[in-house]
Amino acid sequence: MSPFAARTGRLRTVLTLLLLLATGAAAGQGTPADGPMAGLPDRAPAKGLEQPLSSGQPTVIRAGILHTQARDATGAWAPPISDGIVVIRDRRIAAVGPAGSVIIPDGARVIEAPVVTPGLIDGRSVVGLAGWLNYGHDQDQLEDSEPIQPELQATDAFNGREPLLEWIRSFGVTTAHTGHAPGNLISGQTMIVKTRTGELEDAVVTPLFAIAATLGDDAMESDRSPGTRAKQLAMLRQALLDAREHADQLRRAGDDPEKRPGRDLRKEALGRVLSGEVPLLLNCHRSIDIQNALRLSDEFGFRLILDGAAEVLEHADEVKARGIPVLAHPPMMRATGQGENASMTTVARLIAAGIPCALQSGYEGYVPKTRVVLLEAAIACAYGASFADALGTITLSAAEILGISARVGSIEVGKDADIALYDGDPFEYTSHCIGVLIEGQVVSAIVR
Amino acid sequence: MRRHDIRASRSPLRRLRPVLLLPLAFGVALTLATEDPGGPIAYSGATIIPVDGPPIPNGVMVVNDGRITALGPAETTLLPAGGTVVDLSGRTLIPGLICTHSHLGRGGGGDSAGPIQPEADIFEAVNIRNAGFRRAVAGGLTTINVMPGSGHLISGQTTYLKLRDGNTIDDLVLRDADGLRLGGLKMANGTNSLRGAPFPGTRAKSAALVRAKYLAAREYAEKIARAAGDPEKLPSRDLSLEPLVEAMAGKRVVHHHTHRHDDILTVLRLANEFGFRVVLHHVSEAWKVADEIAAAGAACSLILIDSPGGKLEARDIDYRNGAILESRRVPVAFHTDDWITDSRLFLRMAALAVRAGMTREGALRALTLSGAEMLDLEARTGSLTVGKDADFVVLDGDPFSVYTKVLATYVEGRKVFDRSVPEDLLFAEGGRGAGDDQTFQGCCMGRQGAR
Repeated sequence: MSPFAARTGRLRTVLTLLLLLATGAAAGQGTPADGPMAGLPDRAPAKGLEQPLSSGQPTVIRAGILHTQARDATGAWAPPISDGIVVIRDRRIAAVGPAGSVIIPDGARVIEAPVVTPGLIDGRSVVGLAGWLNYGHDQDQLEDSEPIQPELQATDAFNGREPLLEWIRSFGVTTAHTGHAPGNLISGQTMIVKTRTGELEDAVVTPLFAIAATLGDDAMESDRSPGTRAKQLAMLRQALLDAREHADQLRRAGDDPEKRPGRDLRKEALGRVLSGEVPLLLNCHRSIDIQNALRLSDEFGFRLILDGAAEVLEHADEVKARGIPVLAHPPMMRATGQGENASMTTVARLIAAGIPCALQSGYEGYVPKTRVVLLEAAIACAYGASFADALGTITLSAAEILGISARVGSIEVGKDADIALYDGDPFEYTSHCIGVLIEGQVVSAIVR
Repeated sequence: MRRHDIRASRSPLRRLRPVLLLPLAFGVALTLATEDPGGPIAYSGATIIPVDGPPIPNGVMVVNDGRITALGPAETTLLPAGGTVVDLSGRTLIPGLICTHSHLGRGGGGDSAGPIQPEADIFEAVNIRNAGFRRAVAGGLTTINVMPGSGHLISGQTTYLKLRDGNTIDDLVLRDADGLRLGGLKMANGTNSLRGAPFPGTRAKSAALVRAKYLAAREYAEKIARAAGDPEKLPSRDLSLEPLVEAMAGKRVVHHHTHRHDDILTVLRLANEFGFRVVLHHVSEAWKVADEIAAAGAACSLILIDSPGGKLEARDIDYRNGAILESRRVPVAFHTDDWITDSRLFLRMAALAVRAGMTREGALRALTLSGAEMLDLEARTGSLTVGKDADFVVLDGDPFSVYTKVLATYVEGRKVFDRSVPEDLLFAEGGRGAGDDQTFQGCCMGRQGAR
């Protein structure tokens, strides 16, 4: 048995176990005992998914329409390819092009689908730290003991067997930027994972991508600081100054152990922000909080990524001038509280303004416990973004902002073979995702 | 919902608009923005989906005095003299959407004093100036059942509203022929209403408390009957029992929040014991007990959310509920549960049910006529039928396509949403001023999750 087959076998076992867990309460009740994770029983997944893959065997994806989401030299999206072919060897994409222009290797496993896209990327999620049941035992996305805890590693709290991973994967999401949630001034670290079910080591792409911070009402406390916006900024400033001083002490100490300050995980984590190694992912929605975020980044010179940013278009010029990317709020974000001025057109208008942006599923305290970026991008498309731009916010544009575009985000030679298969326009409400591959392995063969 | 700021600025403009009252003939092309109520209006050229009959390509619907007066194919439908023709060629016309379960207006019913408070009437707590009302008409909603929350076994009375362009809630509320306000009774079981005393701590206690209250209401009704109008023998008025008496008499529908399979069956058991008419709401695990629901003849109002869970009892919510219940011939409606889902995306919910196997016809009926039936309003709304209120929505495409937009919404013949008007477009798309400045404080919100 090849390593690939072994892995697929293990995955199937895990999927089966999850299914049993999901439907345990339903056992023996006479009606379809398969539960919400089962997909649609009367519809077929993509043709060819059921074939086992032997060692060294290439895979060929034959697409009615192939959206590669590659960019040309000018940055424009490559047009979709009718009757497109993707050849996969050793987990990577080996060839892409229209049928006839690509040599189809002998003995390949052939998978067919009407519409093919790159595996989708969720630009900002909490899945894996936050679980579907929403009780204390599966909610590790926010540690409330202190307002500033940049040392909290997402890698220490990621549950690779969380059913929500399976849920978003079944819509085509293969990569997720996940981690600590908005809700505290600095809530912790974020990471980037593949959505395959398993352990952390199977999933992790980037163990530390950003430090997650929050400004505005969501990070206010009633019984301790911060309780005002001014206090929020003062506390952030102090924490960054402390980290800068720590870094300066380290630098001055050189190799002299006598002069080195003691290890301080908190200051070290913020030091990586100050050095520009790690971006500060700042969740803020209201204009005043976005203004504060920009001012703070000007003061300290860190790399800022705006998270959510419902009112960002009121500061489009300042954001664009600074080259700050936006992981934009889900278009279906509720029009309440901090998001009261959110618009379903935010993404389209960010793109029109030339501001790099990607879509996020975000964080929800109740339901839906995760949003699905495919469904959010569909709304962005319906509300003004072109098809390619909207798909870009959950493929290559997201990969670029997340620093992983050399590996994922488009169907191009050399990239990971992360592929999503659909039976029609992926954005249409009544289309289905009919299969998903991560690094050439079938990770979802259900119809969603 | 009063368009308090906007109406003032729009009225003079409207007066200046050319109002074309011509002898009727086809080809009088008016845009959606230029028609004005008064005299018959023929909406012509659209694909009309009446819901209670087959779609009519190139149809005509005539509206007069708030009602539908004629409907049919363009070739055979007679148009009244002295009216206006609105050309809707290329458009799709469907009945106004009916949401059987909404929290628009952010009202509350019972307070924290106890789990059973039927005397609280949400009618008295709904803020119709909440922007959600403007967003709802942007989504094509015309009739809603506004409910108190699910944190009580009985959280209060619900109120049925037409989304008219009114100034007070009295302008929106639906009344019966005697002028009485129409509404139902909100009940809940499962985990939302399990709290510290005096709230129940277990499911058995929940049912026992409800049973005791209904028994008290039954005794109350019997005393009234025995008194035969004798004021000496009549019991004192009890506002907390009267809605239950109405429910047991079939005059007030019970709208019952329920998720888990056994909770669903508990509702059916209580309904059977006390003879109240019930609509099951949410019904996450309906697919597990679809046959039992069908056998009981109960109706279901469903919600679909973008992922399962959020709490244990909603873990097994399934997109296929609509298809499965439809296959068992269970009456199915949908609801927004607004703010849980956004009223602007109500068509989307039914489309997702179609994605999961429900028929398109069944899904559109679930958004309209089936909802009307669950609110006892099918005689006046829910389908495009001669004699019914002219509650309808103009779409620019397939009702179940993501790319389709609501162009206009009409309640009783009056346009309450017009996408070509910038102020209305704001509420359709969002942006500064389109939302609510306060976050809803629901039963289950919390940074560390639900109880």
